[in-house]
Amino acid sequence: MPDLVHIRVDGRDLVVPADVSLAAALLNARIDAFRSSATGDSRGPVCGMGICFECRVRIDGVSHRRACTEPVRDGMEVFTLG
Amino acid sequence: MAESETVDIAVIGAGPAGVAAACHGAEKGSRVVVFDEGPTPGGQIWRHRPTRVPPAARIWLDRLRDSGARVRAESSVFDVVRHGDGWAVSAENAPTTIAHRIIIATGARELLLPFPGWTLPNVFSAGGLQALVKSGFDVAGKTVVVAGSGALLLPVAATLTRAGARVALVAEQASWRAVARFSSSLIRSPGKLADAARYRLAFAGTRYATGTWITEALGDGRVTSVECNDGRRIECDLVAVAFGLVPNTELAELLGCETGPAGVIVDHMQRTSVSGVLAAGEPCGIAGVDVALAEGSIAGLAAAATGDFEIERALSRTRETGRRIARAMTEAFGVRDEIRRLARADTVVCRCEDVCMSRFDSTWSAREAKLATRAGMGACQGRVCGPALAVLFGYSAQSVRSPLKPASLEALSSLEDE
Repeated sequence: MPDLVHIRVDGRDLVVPADVSLAAALLNARIDAFRSSATGDSRGPVCGMGICFECRVRIDGVSHRRACTEPVRDGMEVFTLG
Repeated sequence: MAESETVDIAVIGAGPAGVAAACHGAEKGSRVVVFDEGPTPGGQIWRHRPTRVPPAARIWLDRLRDSGARVRAESSVFDVVRHGDGWAVSAENAPTTIAHRIIIATGARELLLPFPGWTLPNVFSAGGLQALVKSGFDVAGKTVVVAGSGALLLPVAATLTRAGARVALVAEQASWRAVARFSSSLIRSPGKLADAARYRLAFAGTRYATGTWITEALGDGRVTSVECNDGRRIECDLVAVAFGLVPNTELAELLGCETGPAGVIVDHMQRTSVSGVLAAGEPCGIAGVDVALAEGSIAGLAAAATGDFEIERALSRTRETGRRIARAMTEAFGVRDEIRRLARADTVVCRCEDVCMSRFDSTWSAREAKLATRAGMGACQGRVCGPALAVLFGYSAQSVRSPLKPASLEALSSLEDE
């Protein structure tokens, strides 16, 4: 079993495997709306490889981070739909 | 300039081509640094969780570790400029790197084309969903529709099935005749046929329908079903759809390398038209992992060498065979006109700026579209809508400018004054 880490997403505590991407961790927690588009639509990950920028979230106070290229880290604080 | 590091060879991208290039360069005694956006080397095809290295990747990744090449992970290259007779590479999370030679191994991305509902959450690109599964997305018990076009749909369906998903349908837009013609062209490459058979067996219970495509994705807040051109409606949790691959040529274009319809133009030593810049793998035209490894190996050797040298027969044979198959594939899986007409007036085409199809009624070029509608001006810098506009309207791509990827002000402020 891989190690577990604690992350906080929109104020909710999640315990997730240490070796998954943040996008995978959010999808596993049934969060599929990551950002709000220019006209207010919900968008989630698409390309899974850092190209499309649809999975942007706020991580530890920094906006527009791509959840798909970001590994989870213990204590990470994430906000979606920023 | 802030802190800097000087090397012989900077490899941009740590997929199979970049890894092979870095190994061969470093093993010849060159100082090599290889940059990648991802947390670990391997690129898309060898993407893995750190605890689960795929066997095919292990050999090369172990070799890379032992080669002495330095890996800069989570390090997105956003600019490369002339520096004396070499190059200065600027990347996130790395000092400015002065390199004598550059090897472009930036891989490929998928061709995404707009259709009603394609922006709904849980509609992924085909390789995108596969990448997410490889990085830990648990799809066990989910119902998935795989659609679009090209050889990638098979391994994607296989990965999903192995991960416990129920693949309800694999919809290939190309005709049965085109797919059959391509398959029979593989007779001369038994390895490729075996790959296809192995993938097909992995989702043996699923229908692989040719001449079939999704006409609309439906759902409220997330996708819950798709409609196909044969009138069928399929309930699903996830959709994986892409229409083939597009080479990532942005860096090569920024450096002024000559490109053709397939990608960056290189000679038999993988050298581009710009002195000191080499390219290997998908940027030179979509051809898959075997070609990427062969071309990466040649590029690494060529970058480390002082002049021409004899290329191993096996390497050049792999390259020629692979490139021949790739040409047959491009022909077989061409996008049909019906796909170009799927987007409706209110269908989003540029996902970053939410520009709908109707806004393009009065545009005639990518540049005009950008100025008039903001299409291509968002975070992805036209990487998604650019190739789509090329397929939909024949607009050729915009010129490339630095920064190649959005970069932090901190990283940008360390840029050398030009």
